[in-house]
Amino acid sequence: MSSGELSREALLDLWSGMCLQRAAEERLETLQKQGHVTGSVYRGLGQEAGCVGAAFALRHRSDGTGDVLAQAIRAAGALFLMGGDPTDFFRQYLARATSPTGGREANVHWTDFQEGFVGPVSPLGTMIEVVAGITLSFKLRGEDRVGMVFYGDGATSTGAWHEGMSFAAARGCPLVLMVEANQYAFSTPTSRNSRLETFTAKAPGYGIGAESVDGVDVVAVHEATRAAVGRARAGEGPQMVELRYFRRRGHAQHDAQEYVPRELLEEWEQKDPLDLFRARLLERDDVSAEELEGRWNAAVERCAAAADQALSEPRPEGESALRDVYTDAHALRPWTRPPAGSELRPRPTGPWT
Amino acid sequence: MDLNALPEHLTKTRRGEPVTFLEAISEALVEEMVRDQDIFLMGEDIAVYGGAFKVTRGFLELFGEQRVIDTPIAEGGFTGAAAGAAHMGLRPVVEMQFMDFISPAYDVITNYIATSLYRGAGPMPLVIRGPVGGGNRGGPFHSQNVEMAFFHTPGLKIVYPSNPFDAKGLLKAAIRDDDPVIFEEHKGLYRAPDLRDVLPDEDYVVALGEARTVQEGTDLTLVTYGATVHTSVKAAETLAEEDGVSVEILDLRTLLPLDEDAIVTSVKKTGKLLVVHEDTRTGGIAGEISMRVNERAFEWLDGPILRVTAIDAPVPYSGSLEDYFLPQAEDVVSAARYLAAY
Repeated sequence: MSSGELSREALLDLWSGMCLQRAAEERLETLQKQGHVTGSVYRGLGQEAGCVGAAFALRHRSDGTGDVLAQAIRAAGALFLMGGDPTDFFRQYLARATSPTGGREANVHWTDFQEGFVGPVSPLGTMIEVVAGITLSFKLRGEDRVGMVFYGDGATSTGAWHEGMSFAAARGCPLVLMVEANQYAFSTPTSRNSRLETFTAKAPGYGIGAESVDGVDVVAVHEATRAAVGRARAGEGPQMVELRYFRRRGHAQHDAQEYVPRELLEEWEQKDPLDLFRARLLERDDVSAEELEGRWNAAVERCAAAADQALSEPRPEGESALRDVYTDAHALRPWTRPPAGSELRPRPTGPWT
Repeated sequence: MDLNALPEHLTKTRRGEPVTFLEAISEALVEEMVRDQDIFLMGEDIAVYGGAFKVTRGFLELFGEQRVIDTPIAEGGFTGAAAGAAHMGLRPVVEMQFMDFISPAYDVITNYIATSLYRGAGPMPLVIRGPVGGGNRGGPFHSQNVEMAFFHTPGLKIVYPSNPFDAKGLLKAAIRDDDPVIFEEHKGLYRAPDLRDVLPDEDYVVALGEARTVQEGTDLTLVTYGATVHTSVKAAETLAEEDGVSVEILDLRTLLPLDEDAIVTSVKKTGKLLVVHEDTRTGGIAGEISMRVNERAFEWLDGPILRVTAIDAPVPYSGSLEDYFLPQAEDVVSAARYLAAY
C-alpha cells in the first residue's frame, strides 16, 4: 500500500472519513440492539476504504454546482464526504419526523442536490439510469461536473443496469460507476450470479473504460477513482471502477451470514481497511498513533452526539403520510378517520389540508 | 427562436388552417420548446426520422441534437435518464414509440419517478407520451392502452385526450405541470380527417383533472375518454333518433386525478351511469368510477352502473377479431337501451 501523491492532510482526511463511517455504523448497531431502529440495519464493514477513497475524488460544493454522488446502502462514508449529515443518518434509521424524508424513507435513502447526492431506491440498477440522466444534463448544459454511482455487483445482472449503461455509453455521459464487488449478493455468491471473474469484463460490452482495484486499500481506490473521474470529466464518457473486497456482515443485521465459510470471513477480517491504513500511516514520520486515535475518538463522539440528538426528536405525525404525493394535492384522508369534531360519514371528505 | 420562423407543417394554427390531432400535438411540443429552453425530447427514432408517427418531424433541424435526442432501444434507460434530468431542473418529454413498450420503464416510473416527491427527492416535472389504442390492425404489441397499469400508482397523473383542441391544451398543461404525467395519444385519432379543427391562435392550456361535457342530456350519464368519445357520440345520435333517449356524455380527458365531482354531478342529474372505455374490462377504470359513484351518489341511482369495454383478451390482429374485441357503437346503444329501461 503506497501513499501515492496525497498530502499528509489528505491522508488524514481519508482516515477521518473511514472512521466516521465505521463509528456511525457501530453506533447504529448499538441503537438497533437497544430496540430503537424499527427497520433493517445495513453495515458496510470492510467496505469503508472503497466508499471514502472513491468519493474523495469528487468535487463537493454546498451550492448545488458540484459533482453528484448516488450512494448505496453500504456507502455511508461516501455520503458523509459529500455533505450528508450524520445526524440525518440517524434520523433516517430512527424514522424521525426531522429526517430528510420526514420518516417516509429509511437509511441512506435521502437526497440533497445542494450538497450533491441522490438517494437510491431499493430496486437495483435504477440509479444507473437516473445518474445517466443527471450527467446527461451536465453535458447538455456544458457544466464541468461528473456523477458517481455506487452499486453492488449483484445489480449488474438487472435490466435496469444494462439499459442505464446503454444510454450513458451511447450519450457519452460523464458518469463514474463504482461496482462494489463484495462477493455476495445477499446469500448468493458471485459465482452463481455470473460467469465472470471480474465485473470490469462487462465494461467492454459498452465500449467504456474500466479498472479493478483492491477495495480495502483506500489510497489505491482513491488513485484509480481520481483517474476515472478525470477521464469522465475530460469527456471520455462513462468509466467503471471495480472495488474488490468482501461484505463482512450479512445482507442486513438480521442475516447471520451462515452461508459464508468461516475461513473466508477470518481471511477478510485480517484485511480490515482501517487496520491496514493505520499501519501504513504509522510508517510515516509525521503521523502519530495518538493523532489517529484522536480522530477516531472524534468520530465516535460526533456519532454519539448525532445519535442522541436524533433520539431526542419525535416520530412524524401519522397524518403527514397524506402529504407530498403530488405537488398540488394531498392523498385523501380515510373516511373512517374524520377530522376532530366532524361526524363519521361514508363519504370522502375531500383533499386534506 | 421565433415562432414565425417555424416550418409550414408546424404553423398551421398560426396561419388559420385546421390541424389534425397529431399536428396539434406537434404544435404543442414545438411551442413549449420555443417558450422554455429547459424542455427537451428523448425517444427512439424521434430526431433524424422524426418519430415513428412523425410527431417530431423537423424538430431536430429546429432545436438541434441536444434537445431532440435519439436514444438506444432502452425504454427503462431513457425514462430513468429523464428522471435524472428532471432532478437537475430540466423538463424532459420522452416518447414511447408505442406505449406498449413502456413496460421496461414500469420499474423506474412506479418505484422511482412516482415516489420522488414523497421521498423528499424533489418533484419530477416530466412527460411520458406516445401512441396507444387499437383499431389499426396493429396486433397485440402495437395496440394496447396502458392507463390502468399506472392508474394504481399514487404520484402519477394520466392524460388521454380525444380531440385536437384538448390534445394541444392538455399536453401544454402536462409539460408545465411539476408532477410526472403519462400522456396517451390514440393513434386512430392522429390523422382522423373528421377531427381536423381550427385551433385558437393563442397560447392556451386545458387544465389537468377537469372532465368536459361533450353533450348534455337527461336520461343517462355516459362517462368515457379517448377514441370511445367518438364511438359514444355516434351511439348517442342513434339513441336520440331511434329511442328518444337523451344521453349526457362526459369526456374525462384526465384519468388521474379523476374528475369525480363532474361524474357525481352528472349522475345526480340523470340517475344512471354507463361507462365506456376501449381498455379491457377487468381492472378497467369503470370499476373505480362505479365505486366513487357508489360512495357519493348511491341514493341518486335509478339503475345499475353498467360498462361497455374491450374484452379481456390480448389485442388480436385480424380485423374481424379486433372489431369483435373492441367496444363498438352498437354495444353502447344496446347497453344504453338496457339501462334507459330502468
